[in-house]
Parts: sequence; C-alpha cells; structure tokens
Amino acid sequence: MPFYRNIAAKIALLPMIVISLTVFVGCIIYSFVYSLTNSKLVPVMNYVGFDQYERLFKQRKWDVAVENIFIYGFVFTIGCLIIGFLLAVLIDQKIRGESLFRTIFLYPYAMSFVVTGLVWKWVLNPTFGIENSMHMWGMTWFELDWLVNRDLAIYAVCIAAVWQGAGFVMVLMLAGLRGIDEDIWKSLSIEGVAKWKSYIFVILPMLRPMVVTAIVLIAAGVVKVYDLILALTSGGPGYATTTPAMYVMENFFSRANLGQAFAASIIMFISVVCILAPWAFYEFYLRNKYANN
Amino acid sequence: MSTIPKGPRPKHLTVGRIGLYCFIIMCALFFLMPLYVMIITSLKDMDEIRAANILNLPKELSFYAWPKAWSQACTGFVCEGLKPGFVNSVKITVPSVIVSVALSALNGYALAFWRFRGAYFFFGLCMFGAFIPYQVMVYPLLKIEDFLGIYSSLPGIILVHTIFGMPILTLIFRNFYASLPIDLFKAARIDGGNFIKIFFYVIIPMSTPITIVAVILQVTGIWNDFLLGLVFAGRDNQPMTVQLNNIVQVDYGVAEYNVDMSATILTSLVPLFVYFISGRWFVRGIAAGAIKG
Repeated sequence: MPFYRNIAAKIALLPMIVISLTVFVGCIIYSFVYSLTNSKLVPVMNYVGFDQYERLFKQRKWDVAVENIFIYGFVFTIGCLIIGFLLAVLIDQKIRGESLFRTIFLYPYAMSFVVTGLVWKWVLNPTFGIENSMHMWGMTWFELDWLVNRDLAIYAVCIAAVWQGAGFVMVLMLAGLRGIDEDIWKSLSIEGVAKWKSYIFVILPMLRPMVVTAIVLIAAGVVKVYDLILALTSGGPGYATTTPAMYVMENFFSRANLGQAFAASIIMFISVVCILAPWAFYEFYLRNKYANN
Repeated sequence: MSTIPKGPRPKHLTVGRIGLYCFIIMCALFFLMPLYVMIITSLKDMDEIRAANILNLPKELSFYAWPKAWSQACTGFVCEGLKPGFVNSVKITVPSVIVSVALSALNGYALAFWRFRGAYFFFGLCMFGAFIPYQVMVYPLLKIEDFLGIYSSLPGIILVHTIFGMPILTLIFRNFYASLPIDLFKAARIDGGNFIKIFFYVIIPMSTPITIVAVILQVTGIWNDFLLGLVFAGRDNQPMTVQLNNIVQVDYGVAEYNVDMSATILTSLVPLFVYFISGRWFVRGIAAGAIKG
C-alpha cells in the first residue's frame, strides 16, 4: 500500500501520533534514563545504576508515602463502591424527587480537589469545626481532631475523597441498575427472594463490568492524588499524610533532587501498570478472543 | 372522559418506605453539609465565626468577605484577590477547550472512518497515556516546552491541557462516530466527498450531542485543574485554583475563614454552574468517559 493513500487521515492523526510518541512514551523513557543518574538541580548524564532506587527505598518518608497510598487507596475505593452502590440502590426504589437526590449526590464531583480539600479542612477544623459544634450541643465526649492527629489525618483525606467520588460510582451503578431486565425482578419476586438479598446476590454480580470499570478508574486516580492532600493537610502533620505524588513533586521543585524524583515517579508508573495490566489484558484480549469464538 | 394515569401504580407509604426516605434524606444532608457550611461561613463576620457554632445560621448577614475575596485578598505579596485568577482561568480554559475538542473530533473521525494500518496502535498508545501519572511526565514535558520556548506561558499551558485531554476525548468521539451508520459515510464517498468535505458537511453537523458532552467534560476538568496550572502556566497566568490555594494557605497574619470560604465558593461557581445547567449531559459525559472499548 503506497504511503500517500489515505494521506489526509494520516496528516490528521499526525498530532496524536507525535504526542503519543514524544510525550507519553518519550517522557517515560526520559524519566527512566535520568532516574539512573545522580542529577540534582539539572538533569545530567552521570550514570549511577540503581542507586536512586536504593536510596528511595531507604527513605522513611517514602515508606510513609507508600503506606498512606495503600490506606487511602483501600478506604477510598471501598468507601466509594459501598456508598455509591448503596445510593444507586436507594435511588432505584422509584422514590420521589429522584433527580433532586441524584443532583445532590453528584455535585461534589463537579468541584475541584482543591475546593474539596479546603472545605473539609474548615469543616474538620479542630477548634471551630464539627467537633466544636458537638461540644456546644453538649456532647463534650465527641472527638474529631483527625487533621492534627498523625495516625488519623489520612482518614480525614479519605472522607473528603469519598464525599467527592461516591456520586461518580452512583452514576455508573445506576446506569447498570437501569439496564437490568424487568423480567429478572419479576422472577425474583415470584420466588419470594428478599429485596436486599436479590440486590447483593443476584444484581450485584450482574453489574460486574460496571464494578470493574469503577474500580479501575478509581484506582488509577488514587495514584495521582495530589491537590486534595495539598489543600487539606499540606502533607501534614509533619509528613504524616504525604503521598508518592507529593514526594515526587517535592523532589522536583523544592528540593532540587531530580534523580530521586525520577526514580519515585518511575515506581509510581510501574504500580499503575500493575493495576491496569490485568484489566487491560482481560478487557482487550480475553474478551475479544471469546467474542470471536 | 376520564384520564387514565400512566406509569406504575403509586405504592402505599409503608414503614419501610418511610425508613427509606429518612435514610436517603440523611445521606443528602451529609452531602449538602459542606456546601451549607461554606455558604453560611462566608456570610458571617469573624467574631461570630470564632464565637458561634459552625452549623448555625448567621445572626447578622455580613457581606464583607465576598468583595475582599474577589479583589483584595492576599496571595503572597500581591493583594488583588481572586479576580486575576478568574481572568487567567478563563484565558486558559476557553482556548484549551476549543483546541482540544476540535483536534479530538478530527482524531475520532479519522479513526472511525479512515483507518489505516497502524492507526489503532497509536490510538492504543494514546489511551495508555490517560493512565500515566502526571508526575512521570511533568518534568520531561517541561523540558520539551522549554525547548519550544513556550514554557511558563499561556500557549504552554494550553498545549498541556490539549495533550492530557486528548486520550479520553478522542475515545468518546471515536465511539460516537463508530456508532453512526456506515452507509451514510459510504453515500458521501460515492457522491465524491473527500476527507475534509465529509468531515465538515456530514460529520460536524451530526456531532452536536457528543460535542456538548466533550465541552462539559473539558470545561470542568480544565477549570478544576491545579497541578498543571501550577507547573506550566507561569507566575503571570496562574489559574484560579492555584490562587485560591495561595490565599487560603497563608503562613502569616490572621486566617479569615469567611474570606477563605467566599474564595472557595467563587472558584467552584463555574463548574457548579456548568453542572446544574447541564444536568443529564454531565452524567452522560461521565458515562461516556467511563465506558471503554
């Protein structure tokens, strides 16, 4: 096939091809190559092998960051799925004012992470926030000092994140619930299966594609979390809520430690690939294979 | 003639239904609480904020905070409020949305109707880019823009938003075009239409719904962006989210929570407006962006 056939389409796709190669692939190669150097303020080609990675894994701060991202990832994903599914089921009960409730549950998703972080920072403020309200109502035993508590601050981040993301899961699940055949409901009610049982044991397994999509999208977002934490805790108290993304940004832009930043970013990239690869394999390879048979 | 009611027969209000409504209303209150706190805090003066319950309505309305947040609040040494940030965000968002949507529509069109060998390989590569953490690409991309002489400028940040918006937008345009009847395209080909003519006379007039979805997705996404604006826009073009964070996270002086909350509301006005106006379109955007294939 001559090169100039269909030339217009090739020209039209040129920007996409160039961007995919230079930005998406090129940047990963660049980061990896320079993660093997001891670059400080500027990138220099001074090969030191995997030293940066060794140093990275010895950093206490990096350990904390990794631990945080696991806690955050777990709580945020599970929280969004459970609350999102619950809200979708509630809305699916043919209630009045359905669109009003849907609007209320989804509006946080339209807001920026910075806004979400700042609002929750104010609501959870240990002196003026909800804790104070409870004390004023006579519940003096009530404690909500998560933002200044090293061990609990990361859970405050999770609450803010779930508040923002649950509506997204709700929308996905609701789309799935609305696609369930009416006949299935009829046969379930003839069999006399309790409603909550049918949701959990019959309907939920039928929504598996939705659940998988939701988990993958949420998980891919987990690794990126940066603005929310910056606004809510600035990584504090101390560095108790720091995350890999913050570690990378810090080493790039305020610590002038490029080699470390590159190494940490490559580790982030590898973890995303580990999350995505099984899903992509299933989605694009196995499914096509079975569809063709 | 009596009218026959349509739809399912209304259910009688049982204990279960009442419990259901109570629960869903409680959920709605939880989701609304931060918005409520944001609004009432912005309407109180500082004495009342310090003395009274965060959840109480203001005793006296104070509109002191709003103009201050808009035009006088300090970010570092400059005290111009959020107004410059708003202007910058508009200057960033409008061209970024136009460029990225136009380019992605063209990509989707070429991919759906003018496939050539290798096109889908690059499309896959581009989709893969949607999941790479920004931290991996930030520094090399900064170097590329530096090389092109557009780092830290308006064209620089517009290019960055175009790049990172491209995967998901190309996907939704391609999926939309792939769902159009292929005979339409064939007829246009027989009538002698070429790549450009068919795009402008046949495809674009049919693209209104998907373009609305794409524009909503991009407007909220770009307006809410923090990280890319922080790194690529440069000091003079900092978007609203970055300035908001700078205003609220001051290290010195007395924190004015009413001003902070006004600033937070002002920053989220545009995405909230888009959300409330667009309603179902916003939901469609989420679904379109979420469902792969």
